[in-house]
Amino acid sequence: MSSLPAPLTLSDHDRRQRTLRRRRRRETATAWAYILPAVLVVLGLSVVPFVWSLLLSFRADDLVTPSRWVGVDNYDALTQDPHFSQAVRNTLLYTGLYVPLSMALGLFLALVLNRRIKLVGLYRTLIFVPFVISATAQGVLFSFILDPEFGAANSVLHALGIGRQGFLTDPGQALAVLVAISVWSGTGFCVVIYLAALQDVPPSLLEAARLDGAGRWQLLRHVVMPTLTPVSLFLVLWQTINALQVFDLVYVTTKGGPLGSTTVIVYFIWEQAFKNFTAGYGAAAAYVLALALLVIGVASRLVRGRKPAGAVLAEGGAK
Amino acid sequence: MSATTVESAPAQARPAPVAAPRRRLPFSPWHLLLMPLSLLFALPLVWLVLSSVMTNAEINRFPPALWPSGIDLGGYRYVLGNAMFPRWFANSLIVSAVAVASNLVFGALGGYAFARMRFAGSRVLMVAMLATMAIPFQLTMIPTFLIMKRLGLIDTLGALIIPSLVTPFAVFLLRQFFLSLPRELEEAAWIDGCSRLRVLYLIVLPLSRPALSTVAVLTFLTTWNDLTWPLIAINHDTQYTLQLGLTTFQGQHHTQWAAVMAGNVITVLPVLLAFLFAQKAFIQSITSSGLKG
Repeated sequence: MSSLPAPLTLSDHDRRQRTLRRRRRRETATAWAYILPAVLVVLGLSVVPFVWSLLLSFRADDLVTPSRWVGVDNYDALTQDPHFSQAVRNTLLYTGLYVPLSMALGLFLALVLNRRIKLVGLYRTLIFVPFVISATAQGVLFSFILDPEFGAANSVLHALGIGRQGFLTDPGQALAVLVAISVWSGTGFCVVIYLAALQDVPPSLLEAARLDGAGRWQLLRHVVMPTLTPVSLFLVLWQTINALQVFDLVYVTTKGGPLGSTTVIVYFIWEQAFKNFTAGYGAAAAYVLALALLVIGVASRLVRGRKPAGAVLAEGGAK
Repeated sequence: MSATTVESAPAQARPAPVAAPRRRLPFSPWHLLLMPLSLLFALPLVWLVLSSVMTNAEINRFPPALWPSGIDLGGYRYVLGNAMFPRWFANSLIVSAVAVASNLVFGALGGYAFARMRFAGSRVLMVAMLATMAIPFQLTMIPTFLIMKRLGLIDTLGALIIPSLVTPFAVFLLRQFFLSLPRELEEAAWIDGCSRLRVLYLIVLPLSRPALSTVAVLTFLTTWNDLTWPLIAINHDTQYTLQLGLTTFQGQHHTQWAAVMAGNVITVLPVLLAFLFAQKAFIQSITSSGLKG
């Protein structure tokens, strides 16, 4: 701020400005007091663990006895661990199925729901409700429905003349069943996001295209879809990041089994750290996952050609 | 965000009327698609409620009954009387309520400082806090466990409460909202000698209800529904949250499905009720946070 030469008489406006400036100067302490709780929690339980985890990943640590330095041995071991590579494969398969399925179904349902007919609010509610149910409750519920002996699913299949299925107990089916459960609960999120985006399609644009003789399909392809691109990119990123971190559902339903067919990366990390008490090894696996997430995040920023996270937040918040 | 207000959807562009008038359905043909599809989404939850009032005998025969012969509350009696569901419910409620309240308070304080106050280091601090939002929980959970262990908080609700006291997300969401409010009112009150805290409480917060409800809804959803952290931080069953209690209970009562489903209903009921009563706020929160995230 440039200081102007002091005027001989102070107008009311100038006096106000001076009071403002004086009070602002004394504010640093107050401001710090306001942000201190947030800073403490973030510093203590995010920044410190972030660094600690990195150090941990270079050590052998059983969470009880003093740890010892092992260099990059943990990372070396990861590359040779068949369980870890299986976890990576399972996670990628799960993500590769869940993300496109939930998004395609979400887009389809949003397009169908985006019209003025009766009961549309009820349909939207029913489709969205599973999203607020915890993964634990979903897992327990589907363990029951899909129970090979007592489950309703086999009962229905039986009535249709189809033989008893193993579902979550069948190594060949379990991962696909987990994807299906996640699609059931995760599609509602894509629907509401797409529905919100569809409201931003400029009506004038639709009208103009219609006057130019565009049919339904052409409108969808050349007018609606292009305006949805940013939202689709966001959903790809969001769904992918969430899918790569799937854990609760796996823990509740299969505990990584049968035969490791549903062991995902986070389950592997949890198992190493809190079941086998090889915390350093688990931390190394966590760093591999975090790095993958970071690469995806940065890549998506490049694709979107946007500024850093702060700018994106600011844009969204300015609405 | 009601879809009914949306301007003409693409599919409503109809071709010019055809010569031979077709017999029209008394309702939109889209119902034929939407009705079964949306029921398919609701079906597992309907089944959840139905099975919670069945008897174990009905469930444990093959093929199991698909409809209860009557309402049997044995499952509910069991989980409320013999199991520790009431205790777990209280634990979940305490953890979630504290998390919601403290995120509102500390989020508003922090957000306000970043939005309106000029102080040394504010920019650096803000960027640093934003950056921590990119750190996945899996990376911090092992050291966080070690920290809680050193603090002697493992197996207490404190271990669950402290990490969720305030999130950078709450701070930034509120900061963005505060920035969108006009400054004039606040500055006038401030010059007249109102303290920052009073300005925040009397002028800013009453205008910020949408943002505050977003923080409340999302904090409640994530803390109530979380399993991973309670699973790590809690071993003793008196300190379980509902999610942790439910999955443990299922493991121990493998064939008492009616009781397990009754426990499951109790676990999802608060979220479900909150959602049904404040559906608009829920959907708005989730959409806005999604689009901003």
